[in-house]
Amino acid sequence: MAEAIAGSVHDGDTVAIEGFTHLISFAAGHEIIRQHKRDLTLARLTPDLIYDQMVGAGVARKLIFSWLGNPGVGGLHAVRRVTEGASASLELEEYSHFGMVGRYTAGAMNLPFFPLRSYFETDLPVANPLIRPIRSPYGDDLVYAVPPLEPDVAIIHAQRADEQGNTQIWGLLGCQKEAAFAAQRVIVVVEELVSEDVIRADPNRTVIPGLIVEAVVVEPFGAHPSYAQGHYDRDNRFYIEWDAISRDADLLEQWLDEWVYGVAGRAEYRDKLGDERLDALRPGSSPSGSVDYGDYR
Amino acid sequence: MSPPEPVEAADFSASEMMIVAAARELAGRHVCFVGVGLPNIAVNLAKLTVATDLELVYEAGVFGARPARLPLSIGDPTIVTRATAVTSMFELFGFYLQGGLIDVGFLGAAQIDRFGNINSTVIGDYAHPTTRLPGSGGACEIAINAREVFVIMRQSRRSFVQRIDFRTSPGNLGGADGARIRREQGWLGAGPSVVITDLGVYHFDAGGVMRLDSLHPGVTLEDVQGKMAWQPAVADRLIETAPPTAEELRLVRDVLDTEGIYTR
Repeated sequence: MAEAIAGSVHDGDTVAIEGFTHLISFAAGHEIIRQHKRDLTLARLTPDLIYDQMVGAGVARKLIFSWLGNPGVGGLHAVRRVTEGASASLELEEYSHFGMVGRYTAGAMNLPFFPLRSYFETDLPVANPLIRPIRSPYGDDLVYAVPPLEPDVAIIHAQRADEQGNTQIWGLLGCQKEAAFAAQRVIVVVEELVSEDVIRADPNRTVIPGLIVEAVVVEPFGAHPSYAQGHYDRDNRFYIEWDAISRDADLLEQWLDEWVYGVAGRAEYRDKLGDERLDALRPGSSPSGSVDYGDYR
Repeated sequence: MSPPEPVEAADFSASEMMIVAAARELAGRHVCFVGVGLPNIAVNLAKLTVATDLELVYEAGVFGARPARLPLSIGDPTIVTRATAVTSMFELFGFYLQGGLIDVGFLGAAQIDRFGNINSTVIGDYAHPTTRLPGSGGACEIAINAREVFVIMRQSRRSFVQRIDFRTSPGNLGGADGARIRREQGWLGAGPSVVITDLGVYHFDAGGVMRLDSLHPGVTLEDVQGKMAWQPAVADRLIETAPPTAEELRLVRDVLDTEGIYTR
């Protein structure tokens, strides 16, 4: 991980660690903090705890997002500290969820904009002048447009990939595919490295092809406290505990010292969490049925 | 059939009344976009009571969810296992929502005005807000594209305001013109139809203005007027919301929110 982040993430880059609740690469976020990256523009639909931690650690200059919160718990207090009141210092560029998905989609498809029927009669285009109305070339219909987003780096956590970076995901898909195809460089972090045969046995499940992947990192529990469907549950206890930690700048600093700067990497973080905590997150089993692709020669 | 066992007002919380009232409003609806928190419980309660064929859609990219537990977040793994379909967010927002397949979308709000316009972005000035709220998420597109919108929120003078500080999600805009603007701009959604609070239930009149139709048990019209910044339109026949039945309370407490996270 250290090598992948050092090689692909540079000060001033636009970085997208995507994943909607599911498969958020906390391992990569923590490594970026450990390497003291600076002036990053962080893009994500839902900044979540990982960007609260990264903003708290001082790596970010700007957020591009659509929903800023700790789902089911409350606010992101490190972000709030630098976005509220007269001393607001973090730049914000905000959209709606579909606007963000549209931005990645336009970026992935080399299009100048993405049209959508959101934003009518709202203050969002005032708050963010990059959201602009356009007329349909085929009639009088008005729609809104958002510009392409092409991150310098997209970091995607997944259940499995092969050595070439052919990556398979199941469960919530979010907009990882769109973000990856939009990005200049893609780092894939996986629970499990598998052989090419495993990927080829189920090609419908491949979300990201190795063609666009720069680095594959194997990091079991790399999404904790987010989750990996079928591997481990979301650690809701941590999401609830984070509220008190992030409300207090000193507590947050102590937490970073203990859980980010104080560990060499994810393996040490896992050991520190302990088997009991991790085992309690393992779900029961609910296997998919299998399909027959047929053998054609 | 014997009438439902009566339940005293002291025996249920304001949140439980909100959940039950919201669930009942879902009778006859088929496809519902579920939000985090109270809407999540309300929709799951409706599916167990008044709308058993309800299809639960989660913005995270799930159609036809069958959650086996009440998730803290709306992206919980339980919404995936045994769902009808998992989609990318592109498909969910593009094909299902903007394509017009969602009957009801639930929204919460930090501020709402009499026309059902909603703020969930900032309190105060946008550049230097006193409170930075989460922002739109999917709310702005739900407000525009869902066939109708249910709002569920607590009522106070700070939340039921004359002028919202920021319009995140359009309601009935300036009133009667709202429907015309929605039509002319090709929106599929008709806007907000119900607002459920801890005090009562509102619908909207032909002019797009919120009208108090029902007071929860133990709540007076004066209580309501004291917790909003405008004089509400009141239905000719203002009724009392039927209290939760014993069965509704059992489902909320023993099945849906066993830890009382949202209902206490």
